[in-house]
Amino acid sequence: MTYLAKPGLHHPDLLRNQLGLTRRDYEGKVSTLCAGCGHDSISGAIIQACWELALAPHKIAKLSGIGCSSKTPDYFLGQAHGFNSVHGRMPSVLTGASLANRDLIYLGVSGDGDSASIGLGQFAHLMRRGVRMTYIVENNGVYGLTKGQFSATADAGSKSKRGAVNHDNGIDLVLLALQLGASYVGRSFSGDKKQLVPLIKGALTHGGTALLDVISPCVAFNNHDGSTKSYDYVREHNEAVNEISLRGLDVIEPRAPITADLEPGADEDVIEEIRSHDGSLLRLRKLAESYRPDDRAYAMQFVQERSAAGEIVTGLLYVDADADDLHARLNTVVVPLNDLGERELCPGRSALTKFNAAHR
Amino acid sequence: MSSQIGAQKGAQKGTQKDALAACNDFVVKFANINGSGSASANELFARAILRMGVPVSPRNIFPSNIQGLPTWYEVRVSELGWLGRRGGVDLMVAMNPQTWDKDLAEIEPGGYLLYDSSKNVPAARLRSDINAIGVPLTEMCNARYRDARERQLLKNIIYVGVLAALLGIEPDVVAQLLGEQYKGKDKLVKPNLDAFMMGLHHGREQLNDIVRLRVERRDAVGERIFIDGNTAAAMGAVYGGATVCAWYPITPSSSLAEAFARLCAKYRVDAAGHSRFAILQAEDELASIGIVIGAAWNGARAFTATSGPGVSLMQEFLGLAYFAELPAVVIDVQRGGPSTGMPTRTQQSDLLLAAYASHGDTKHVLLFPEDPAECFEMTALAFDLADRLQTPVFVMSDLDIGMNTRLTAPLAWDDERRYDRGKVMTAEMLDAVRDFGRYLDVDGDGIVYRTRPGTHPSKGAFFTRGTTRDRYARYSEEGPVYVDNMERLLRKFDTAATLMPAPQMQKAKRATRHGALFFGSTSPAMSEALALLQAQGVPVDALRVRAFPFTTAVSDFIASHDKVFVIEQNRDGQLRCLLLNELDVDAARLIPVLHYDGTPITARFIAQAIGSHIGSEKVMPLKRAS
Repeated sequence: MTYLAKPGLHHPDLLRNQLGLTRRDYEGKVSTLCAGCGHDSISGAIIQACWELALAPHKIAKLSGIGCSSKTPDYFLGQAHGFNSVHGRMPSVLTGASLANRDLIYLGVSGDGDSASIGLGQFAHLMRRGVRMTYIVENNGVYGLTKGQFSATADAGSKSKRGAVNHDNGIDLVLLALQLGASYVGRSFSGDKKQLVPLIKGALTHGGTALLDVISPCVAFNNHDGSTKSYDYVREHNEAVNEISLRGLDVIEPRAPITADLEPGADEDVIEEIRSHDGSLLRLRKLAESYRPDDRAYAMQFVQERSAAGEIVTGLLYVDADADDLHARLNTVVVPLNDLGERELCPGRSALTKFNAAHR
Repeated sequence: MSSQIGAQKGAQKGTQKDALAACNDFVVKFANINGSGSASANELFARAILRMGVPVSPRNIFPSNIQGLPTWYEVRVSELGWLGRRGGVDLMVAMNPQTWDKDLAEIEPGGYLLYDSSKNVPAARLRSDINAIGVPLTEMCNARYRDARERQLLKNIIYVGVLAALLGIEPDVVAQLLGEQYKGKDKLVKPNLDAFMMGLHHGREQLNDIVRLRVERRDAVGERIFIDGNTAAAMGAVYGGATVCAWYPITPSSSLAEAFARLCAKYRVDAAGHSRFAILQAEDELASIGIVIGAAWNGARAFTATSGPGVSLMQEFLGLAYFAELPAVVIDVQRGGPSTGMPTRTQQSDLLLAAYASHGDTKHVLLFPEDPAECFEMTALAFDLADRLQTPVFVMSDLDIGMNTRLTAPLAWDDERRYDRGKVMTAEMLDAVRDFGRYLDVDGDGIVYRTRPGTHPSKGAFFTRGTTRDRYARYSEEGPVYVDNMERLLRKFDTAATLMPAPQMQKAKRATRHGALFFGSTSPAMSEALALLQAQGVPVDALRVRAFPFTTAVSDFIASHDKVFVIEQNRDGQLRCLLLNELDVDAARLIPVLHYDGTPITARFIAQAIGSHIGSEKVMPLKRAS
């Protein structure tokens, strides 16, 4: 598939955000994925979330590995730099990018093969380090581009399109992320934009590592009976623990509240408010009576119990609003490292003369 | 000849008729057990001679082990300034019973053996053609110290004292060095000095005039400094403006990343206590190079330090960096391969691995430092070249340079020097041009313009990928588009050749049709070998290759000699392979001279190999007598 041009004409009455940008300004090239692919819905949710937050598109860096999901950064945020790196290694590339320029917003898009199979090591170590980023796994349990092989998130006992049964246990990236120290962990479903868009918004404004495991059915290879990642299966087994909304109240750089996505009366049901890293408020409307999203151990136990009962828990599972990030741990300067020049970096000749003298 | 002196208490003094005699020109080797604390005592010995103005070149020969296995420290003393390994040992300090026989075998006839005579060594275990000097080191220690650790550590200092007496090393110099070494830890100075004096007195009183090797004060060191290549390379990274370092521990490169951390803590912390650097010990070498590439994509200067096995793991990423055109500096401190090979031994065996790293058609820039001073210069230069060429640049150091303290030119820096950040478009530049294409060859040199993420709200963004794309960075699998890009990358490599450090010529005193090509750590042994050959009436012109791609001076040199010896520290003649592959020269004219047993190449080896080859040319073939 070679480059496809997108029509440049915009409807004059499109809604504009605080930056005066329309949703179209957050789009990218035309997707080359299959019609009905869950990944395109996630791209749509990313566009919606960034537009609602009025993020400057060029201040976002979007990175990916290899696979269907990793192609998607070309299909949103056309004014942002993107990096389609190597298979399973987006986490290290993004870590380096983040070290070099702490001022950008980092969005990593990966798949289940990319993150749970070939890239599990890098996934794990990024979670440990607390790189400030939004890590979206577009999880369909299957390799699409190579035509239907199981990935490491496929549940034991699930059937491939050709009828083969997967005997290996599936990896739950949400549980791994919780265990390894991610400070914002959620699961969602590509078919549930109402839940997904606010989850992405919360992740983009979070001060540490945010992981979103988004089940995203593969219409070509994993949407049949016997699959546990199909549209029907996920709709039947989904249990949402909460609904979140993100209100731009009390933000450091004041913006008007964003209300586009909220249902009427949603505010009345809010039980819990969590202040995000950038000052905005994360509001959780609880669906599961007893769910506590601020308790890592409880979140792990809850997800495992429901999983044993055959349920897929979705929603914001854990958040630590005070999370720090890698830059805080390394105590780096506020100025991005890529902006430093000779004056700040090179000790100069006189220091070298002393250095030489100390080595005689 | 009485071959065993001082073994019994109240040993006799004696002078050996055929004992080796030399002033400021000999080799001392210490055979120790790893983890016994010998390293600092042995370095004290080397530094003391250096402080007396006599050049030394020490080499650690150590096992991949923390405690218990044999380790050696070889010190070449050379007033003439030969810093390569000579080969052979004139005085062996044999402190390791495990390696006794092997160590004794290395001693030159007429040479000396210093050993611990606390337990009697049967005469059968000694050689009759060397001078054995027994000192009851363990007995002396046990009599003086109670603490087991002191008994072990100070034994090493005692033999330094004995050596000072035997060789004429000035005690004041040693006292001064101990004071510097334990500055701020005065408690440690006294016992060390005490042990040294004990050894000195024993030597002076019991072993007077036995050894005819002498150290005499000279002024032959000059301005040179004494530093290991890894520290110098780390300093090069500090001066070269590296802000991101990602690494994974691997011998012999670990001390480079650790030195970078130490130097950054000293030179790169601002007044508020914040760091102008970020160092990550990654989970593996794949992540190290990934972090470097990500940081470079964002416009920061980034590097990793590794060795052969690490470069093997980085292959896929290196292909991405080549094809997506991202700067990355990789310092490869080479060791013996393949596989885990000889982790603590030296080789120059990663040339092909690095030059053509990754699948598909790739070529990478390589720099070959000869010593610590060039480790500094070339590391700093690598960042300019990587930014200018937007491609990975390798600094091909090795264990011999990297981990040994070496006498080298003082590190130099011109304060007027500015970093070359290459073709980076700013927001103003983007506004001024009509058309930005990430892979457009605007200047015809094969080097394209790049933008840093976040530069401009509506111009200059592009999608970096390892898959084929057109000149505007748009995905394409069209054959002509692919070929167009691959040919431009070749043009860029031609441009790279014009930016490489020039090779260095050492011309023979008279015209010769014999040439020699060499690179990297072979340098000091090569210079000495050339002098040896010259003295034998065998003139050879030599050219030190300093970079890949090769400059035209390299092909000119080969063209102007009938036979060119290619001296390398690997089995397969990897530089020779590169020359044949890239320069289209006649293979028969390039004679491989290969040394790859893991020890540093010696002048004797090179001179012998070249000398015998040239000698054999002169022999008229005789008719076989049936």
